[in-house]
Amino acid sequence: MPTPAAQAQEFLLPVKTSFIVLTLAIAFFLNLLPWSGFGLLIRPDFVALTLVYWCIHWPRKVGIGTAWGTGLLLDVADATLLGEHAFAYSLLAYLSIMLRRRVLLFGLREQVWHILPVLLITQLAILLIKVYSGAVFIGWGYFLSSVIGSLLWPALSALLSMLLRLRPDSDQI
Amino acid sequence: MNTQLPPLFKRGTSPLTRLVFFTLLSLLLFITDARLKYLETFRLSLSVVIYPLQKLATAPGLLLDRVSDFFATQSYLTNENASLKQQNLLNAAQLQRYQALEEENNRLRRLLNARDGFRGNATLAEILYSGRDLFSRRIVIDKGRQDDIKPGQAVVDDIGVIGQVTRAYPFVSEVTLITDKEQTVPVEVVRNGLRAVVFGAGESDELELRYMPVNVEIQTGDELVTSGIDGTYPYGLPVAVVSRIERNAAYAFARILCTPNAGVDRYRYVLVLSSQPQIPENPLTDQTPATRSKAKKARRGN
Repeated sequence: MPTPAAQAQEFLLPVKTSFIVLTLAIAFFLNLLPWSGFGLLIRPDFVALTLVYWCIHWPRKVGIGTAWGTGLLLDVADATLLGEHAFAYSLLAYLSIMLRRRVLLFGLREQVWHILPVLLITQLAILLIKVYSGAVFIGWGYFLSSVIGSLLWPALSALLSMLLRLRPDSDQI
Repeated sequence: MNTQLPPLFKRGTSPLTRLVFFTLLSLLLFITDARLKYLETFRLSLSVVIYPLQKLATAPGLLLDRVSDFFATQSYLTNENASLKQQNLLNAAQLQRYQALEEENNRLRRLLNARDGFRGNATLAEILYSGRDLFSRRIVIDKGRQDDIKPGQAVVDDIGVIGQVTRAYPFVSEVTLITDKEQTVPVEVVRNGLRAVVFGAGESDELELRYMPVNVEIQTGDELVTSGIDGTYPYGLPVAVVSRIERNAAYAFARILCTPNAGVDRYRYVLVLSSQPQIPENPLTDQTPATRSKAKKARRGN
């Protein structure tokens, strides 16, 4: 497990915008896979997780605006009310940016306890919008997605950090 | 790289301000999208951007299908071939009878000076994926405006109605299934011609006949077909079978549940009926502001 110091080091590595876009596109692709039934219920929100990662590690590059735009694209892809995911993701980005200093003090496994409430609040925001626009609450299983998502966090975070370290031009400052 | 001052003290607007700004922007979007429907073109242009990703995301499933097709056993194929041949013969026989009936029907209608019933083409479409929104029942099919799909067209499979096109994008379109909570289909009971409206229940295989009096003449097992009254669905397509009736005199209406006929959640291929029956404007709704603005929009579209 990387120590806080190692993580602070990592934070200094340069990152290309194209790399951020690529990771978001891959997360988008994972979200768009033909999930259905129970799989859909427990599908972690990869886009949200990726956004949290970038907001925590690169708040200057990926912030509330980027999150909002990504959410808007997801709204179109999922044919939901425009602005639904956009709003939820901007809230997500805000929470991640507020929590980032605190989160980075912990190891990956302890970070899960910070990521979980952030994801839950995001899902709650989506749920409230849905219920307001006439949907019926589908049961507590709805929040499973956040639980699975936060359990995935250490793996995803480690993977993205590793890829960042692998960048060939990381000595290019 | 960065020749300016180190951005230590330069933070731009605070996150809270940004959050408030984007929240307000989202609110604006909700209202315009839900109430005013002005954002369809915006949605269309964004959909073109995501289309490659959407298409790509269906690739793994397709690949799996192809692979399993490739390894299908010989005996399975022979069996399937035989049963398909038989089905084909049956269909051909039925088709001949159908053509004769249609001829006769047309003649009779002409005698009665009635409008012709539904005679239109249909577009075969493949389901790209079922909607990823847990709260609504929608599917996305691989035909869009390029193939002359328009919102409002009925979508059927070989057994019955499965839904209606609610949004047409350039390359794909979105079909709301009849099981969606907000979808309604005008139907009639085959046995006695009773007209009713069937509502989606939001469950995968349940529909509900609402607003029927407790003593209504409906039995379990009654077949419901489209009545063709609203002009969206052509007359006579099977919709559902009544599965359960609860008559409780304490309530004003009976609770009637039905099971949809068509494989609403099952098949990969569907037919989009491409021509809607022409019916004259409803004189009763002609004066309402809603239709006027719709007519305006239609004119603007042309």
